[in-house]
Amino acid sequence: MKSLKELEAIRDRMRQTVATRENDQNAVRVVVGMATCGISAGARPVLNTLVEEIARENVAGVQVTQTGCIGICQYEPVVEVFEPDGGKTTYVKMTPEKAIRVVHQHLMQGKPVEEYTIGALTK
Amino acid sequence: MHVLDIAQNSVAAGAALTRILLTLDEALDRLDLVIEDNGHGMTDEQAQAALDPFTTSRTTRKVGLGLPLLRQTAQLTGGDVAIESQPGKGTRVRAWFGLRHIDRPPLGDMAGTIASLMQANPERDFVYQLKTETDSFAVDSRELKQILGDVSLAQPEVALFIRDYIRENSAPLLEKE
Ligand SMILES: Nc1ncnc2c1ncn2[C@@H]1O[C@H](COP(=O)(O)OP(=O)(O)O)[C@@H](O)[C@H]1O
Ligand SMILES: [Mg+2]
Repeated sequence: MKSLKELEAIRDRMRQTVATRENDQNAVRVVVGMATCGISAGARPVLNTLVEEIARENVAGVQVTQTGCIGICQYEPVVEVFEPDGGKTTYVKMTPEKAIRVVHQHLMQGKPVEEYTIGALTK
Repeated sequence: MHVLDIAQNSVAAGAALTRILLTLDEALDRLDLVIEDNGHGMTDEQAQAALDPFTTSRTTRKVGLGLPLLRQTAQLTGGDVAIESQPGKGTRVRAWFGLRHIDRPPLGDMAGTIASLMQANPERDFVYQLKTETDSFAVDSRELKQILGDVSLAQPEVALFIRDYIRENSAPLLEKE
């Protein structure tokens, strides 16, 4: 059974990597819309998959957060990726499978997955 | 369960601390959910209106879904919702359900819900307590923060651990679920 002792070990590991990790201003921010519209559309498994895959692949310099309604409910689940240089990619109608590809292709290799973006959908 | 939506109302109300208490009472055949916060609160009129599906402070859609839906679900199982709130002090939403009632929604991924709340609002605090007649499990973000020190609750690895920690420690209490 997991105990809070393990959290101490995680903390110590995080502290070691913090030195090599970019600071917050240089982090890529991944934001998942988690209002009722997003959640009923399946945003929770998408958020969990993102967190899990980023942890599993040990992707550095990425922060995953959630927000309320992004305002495009018909496209939920929506995931926005904010680059430190101000660039933004909006992924729509996300699934856990798509989330895994976004982690590998976008967050790890820096190549946004065009076909999942809002641009591809409204074309 | 509608826990995330109701707890997000507390976050939206600026609550520094939100308590989520879930009690499973086999003998009384009752599931009790209390979500209590120290946010900006509501007047009696606002609290009454909040249970009406056509009230919402949102601008993005016309109906508030959280509380009216919670009430509807609770009533379907022989329960109800009660709101106590004081402007400037906070809000206590209590919902109760027939534990074994066929229309009682499953608890769902409570561990994921609590971990998501903590991850998304690392500057706020959340206490989650699960109780049965014989057992109890609680997690308090203030205690987690004390252990974590300068490491944030928003770190994906930390959030993942918290989810699994809650899930594993809750499992023995939820055997009948
Ligand atoms: N914990 C709370 N503290 C203060 N106000 C609340 C709280 N919960 C609900 N409210 C008020 O009641 C309204 C209805 O809530 P809800 O049914 O969840 O719909 P929504 O969140 O979509 O507006 C909210 O918009 C808010 O004004
Ligand atoms: Mg709400």
